[in-house]
Amino acid sequence: MKRVRTCLVVDDSRVMRKVAIRIVEQLEFEGVEAGDGLEALTYCRAAMPDAILLDWSMPVMDGIEFLRRLRAEPDGARPVVVFCSAESRPERIRLAIDHGAAEYIMKPFDGDIIASKFEAVGLI
Amino acid sequence: MTPADLDFVAALVRAHAGVVIRADKAFFIETRLGPVARREKVPGVPALLEKLRQTPDPVLTRQVVEATLMQETSFFRDRAVFERIGKVLLPELAARRPDGRLRVLCAGCATGQEAYSIAMLATDLAAPAAVEIVAVDFGQFPLEKARTGLYTHFEVQRGLPIRRLLAHFDKIDENWRIRADLRQMVQWVELNLLDDLTGLGNFDLVLCRNVLGSLTPEAQTRVLASLEAACRPDAVLVVGAQETPALSAAFRPAGSPGLWQRSPTVAPVPSSASTPVPARTQA
Ligand SMILES: C[S@@+](CC[C@H](N)C(=O)[O-])C[C@H]1O[C@@H](n2cnc3c(N)ncnc32)[C@H](O)[C@@H]1O
Repeated sequence: MKRVRTCLVVDDSRVMRKVAIRIVEQLEFEGVEAGDGLEALTYCRAAMPDAILLDWSMPVMDGIEFLRRLRAEPDGARPVVVFCSAESRPERIRLAIDHGAAEYIMKPFDGDIIASKFEAVGLI
Repeated sequence: MTPADLDFVAALVRAHAGVVIRADKAFFIETRLGPVARREKVPGVPALLEKLRQTPDPVLTRQVVEATLMQETSFFRDRAVFERIGKVLLPELAARRPDGRLRVLCAGCATGQEAYSIAMLATDLAAPAAVEIVAVDFGQFPLEKARTGLYTHFEVQRGLPIRRLLAHFDKIDENWRIRADLRQMVQWVELNLLDDLTGLGNFDLVLCRNVLGSLTPEAQTRVLASLEAACRPDAVLVVGAQETPALSAAFRPAGSPGLWQRSPTVAPVPSSASTPVPARTQA
C-alpha cells in the first residue's frame, strides 16, 4: 500500500487553514496544520511532512524565517515548500523563491490553483 | 430559449464555424448570448434570435456565433506536451534551420495563453527573436485580450510556473501583463479555420489543440487538410492530448500524446484529402 503523504498547512487564519486542508485532502494528502512558523518548526522536528503550504506574514515567526530555519534542520531540505500568501509584489515573491520555495501561490486562491501548482512541482 | 431557438443557433454555428453545439449546452449558450442581446438593445435572447431570423445581418450573425464558442484555455495546458516542445522539439527544429528561424502556428488560440506559452519556451533558445508565432482565432474578443497580453490573478496561476511569471510578466494593479518582447513574437490573426489558410504561409510547428473535437466531421477534414498543407516537410503537428485526428499517412506519432511528426519522405496530403481517413489511435 502507498504511504499517505502529509501536507502541513501553515497559516495564522483558522478559516484559511480549514479551506486549504480540505483542498489538499482532495489531492490525497493527509492535511495537518500549524498557526505560525514556530509551531510549524516544532511539527517538522517531530515528523517531517512531504509538502508545506506556507503563509508569509504570521505572528511569532513568519514564513521566510520558518523556511530559513527549516532548511537548516536535518532532513529539512526534503519537504516541497509552496508559499501561499497575499503578498503579490514581484520582488517579494522572488525573495521567497530565493529562500528555497518551489512554488508560490498568491491569495486569493482556489482548488484548481493549488492542484496546478502541486502538479507543477511534481507533488501530484 | 426554446428548442427551436437552440436549433437555430446550432445551425448558424455549424454553418459558420463548423462547430457542433450539443443539446445540453442550452444554458451556456443562453448565458453567452445575454450580453449580445444587451449590446443590440433588444429585450432578451429570444428577441435577439427573432431579429436575426428577420434580417440575417452578417455582423450580428458573427457576434452570435463567436459568443457561443468555448474559449477555455490556460498557460502550458497539458504540461507534458509543452515540456516536450520546449526541451526537444523547438531546439531540434531550430538546430535544423541555419538561421534558427522558426514559424509556429496556433490554430484556435482563444485568449492567447497557448501562443504565449510557446513564446516563453522560445526564450530558452539561442535566438528567441527568430521565432515567429502566428495565432489564429475566429473570436474578436479573445484576440483583443490576447493582443493586450493582460491576464488576471487567476489566469496566471493556472499552469504558469511562478518563475515564468516573474521572468516574463509585469504586475499592473491586480493583473499581470506579458512583456513587450514576448508580445512582439506573436502575430494575431482573426480568421475562420474553415477559410483558405494558405495566406498564412508554412510552419515548422502547428498547434491545433482542443478545437478539432468540437467540429463536425466535414469541418474536421477540411481544417486538418489545411493544417497538413501548412506544415513544412519536417514539421510537427500538435493536437489536443485526448484528440485522435484522421491524419494522412505522412504523419506519425511523435512520442507524446497529441504530437505528430510529418515525414519528409512520404508524399504530402493527397488531393483527395476530403475523404476522411479512419482515426488512428496512439500508443
Ligand atoms: C477550447 S479553445 C482552445 C484554445 C487552445 N488551443 C487550447 O488548447 O487551450 C477553442 C478555440 O477555437 C476557436 N475556434 C473554433 N472554431 C473555429 C473556427 N472555425 N475558426 C477559428 N477558430 C475557431 C474558438 O473561438 C476557441 O477560441
